Amino acid sequence: MSETTALPRRVADRRGGVPIFGLMGAALLVIVFAELVLGPVQLGMGDLLAVLVGEGERGPTAILLQIRLPRAVLGLAVGLGLALSGCAMQGVLRNPLADPGLIGVTAGAAVGAVTVIVLGNYFVGDLPAPVRPYALPLGAFIGGMAVTGFVFSLSHRSGGTNVAMLILAGVAVNAIAGALIGAMVYISDDQQLRDLTFWSMGSIASGNWMQVSVTTALALAAALGLLTMGRSLDLFQLGERAAFHAGIDIEREKWRIALLTAIAVGAVTAAAGPIGFIGLVAPHMARLIVGPAHRNVLPAAALIGGALILGADLAVRMVVPPTEPPIGLATSMIGGPFFLWLLMRRMKRGGL
Amino acid sequence: MKQAVFALFAVALLFGSPAAAETPQRIVSAGGDITEIIYALGAGDRVIAVDTTSNHPAEVSSKEQIGYIRRLAAEGILSLQPDLLLAAHDAGPPTAVEQLRAAGLRVELAPKGDSMDGVLAKVRFVGKAIGLEAEGSALAEKIESEMKAALAVAKGYSDHPRVIFVLSERDGAPLVAGSGTSADAIISLAGGDNAAGGFPGYKPMSQEAIIEAAPDVLLMMSQTVERLGGIDTMLTRPEFALTPAGKNRRYVAMEGMLLLGFGPRVPEAVRTLATELRGG
Repeated sequence: MSETTALPRRVADRRGGVPIFGLMGAALLVIVFAELVLGPVQLGMGDLLAVLVGEGERGPTAILLQIRLPRAVLGLAVGLGLALSGCAMQGVLRNPLADPGLIGVTAGAAVGAVTVIVLGNYFVGDLPAPVRPYALPLGAFIGGMAVTGFVFSLSHRSGGTNVAMLILAGVAVNAIAGALIGAMVYISDDQQLRDLTFWSMGSIASGNWMQVSVTTALALAAALGLLTMGRSLDLFQLGERAAFHAGIDIEREKWRIALLTAIAVGAVTAAAGPIGFIGLVAPHMARLIVGPAHRNVLPAAALIGGALILGADLAVRMVVPPTEPPIGLATSMIGGPFFLWLLMRRMKRGGL
Repeated sequence: MKQAVFALFAVALLFGSPAAAETPQRIVSAGGDITEIIYALGAGDRVIAVDTTSNHPAEVSSKEQIGYIRRLAAEGILSLQPDLLLAAHDAGPPTAVEQLRAAGLRVELAPKGDSMDGVLAKVRFVGKAIGLEAEGSALAEKIESEMKAALAVAKGYSDHPRVIFVLSERDGAPLVAGSGTSADAIISLAGGDNAAGGFPGYKPMSQEAIIEAAPDVLLMMSQTVERLGGIDTMLTRPEFALTPAGKNRRYVAMEGMLLLGFGPRVPEAVRTLATELRGG
């Protein structure tokens, strides 16, 4: 359980140099570019340039600006938010298996979303039509925040947050959320059932700029906050007592991480559905590449998260056109084996 | 290729584009009932792609597949360069439909139609959308008269067998059609009584409740029967074995799209179901 233990600075720095980040950044840029250029509809460079200078035809313009660009932006926000949240969770809980789902934010968001899908008619029907599309993401966001807040308050007793209590409360809340979702599934009609099944498999095919920008703003704000937590997370690896003696306010830091994670994952899940795997795996990949110092792991995980999501989205858009499988299938199907390969390579070198 | 496009464009200009807009040549059809209507109107050769719920007539299997009707991918459909997406009322997700419209594609969503009048409205709607308005009306009238004959057949029987429609089987509680479903509608058109009409939509029904509902006939889609390992497997399950349907081995298995599609074959569905419910 202590693979993330902080190493002396000299060792930790060894692999965290600028070239690796440059390489990862370049890789991400290539994938972003691919996401914009590749797709079932073939757009030539001429089309792209025409759209860029505002002289594109209606078709290519809509494809680029209303389908691919919002996907790319939302994908980056999703990858960034999930990867950094996972990183922070694993760091603060000192548990390499932790992911944002553990503290209930994903389950809470799912309850919120499913509630809107199934019971939406009762309280959304009266809303003016332009507002209705935001009910689902809003419901998901509120659900995620509420459950996370509840779990953290529950585990916050006698002046300290008990990590074991936090995880157990997360397990219990996940079970309750599962039951609530089951109840909604039970009373849903066929159409709602299909909607919520598909929602639960995730998609970044939003194309609604309003929603994409709100999500991206929230995810970015939370991400910036999490990126500054490197030192605290390193010290947490030494144990809470040591971290306390090193001079950090461990309670405040934990609450900050919880809040930022809840905002990031809540916003991202609200827009794209529950996309698993990224929050768990991106930080591990980052550690394999840049070593364990959080100062390096956090930005690396963010870059990797974005690349993984966009890579998965490219795959689902390209693999069986004109149909499009859910992105959740691809994140696990492509990311899983790749991660295994990384682990095995690492094991051969005796690094694990 | 480019020259061909220019040539087409020139031709379109010469003959005026409004006519071209009303008779779309590259149609993507989403919804099994919509596809059947297009084919029944003789415009099947203009269909370039269909969704997964479209399985009739057999020719559709050679068309491009756009996936499940509620999970359409905007860019995938655009890549086929269609000039019309003709879809059932529940096609989605809404953002994909919006994106398609934003990209300049003509999108027409048919009215919902799980009833006799609904079918006729759908047929007229589809005819109008693909520039075959007169043919649409003619087909609607033909279906209406066939339907009257089929309903007469159904009304000719004085008995009203209690029917239970099982959509699928999961964890020991079969998913059964309640009120407001297409299965409920077709059962009542065929002169049967839905033995599970006490709840709305498709719901898992407890085994004991099924026994208590005492259906005379077990109705299923033939695809489901096949998937679940044959009708004997179903009839010997305790919840069915103890009902009149199980005791007398009375069941009807019909192809799903014919039974529940509410397309142009609905008179055939009503007639077949009406006779089959009384033991053929």
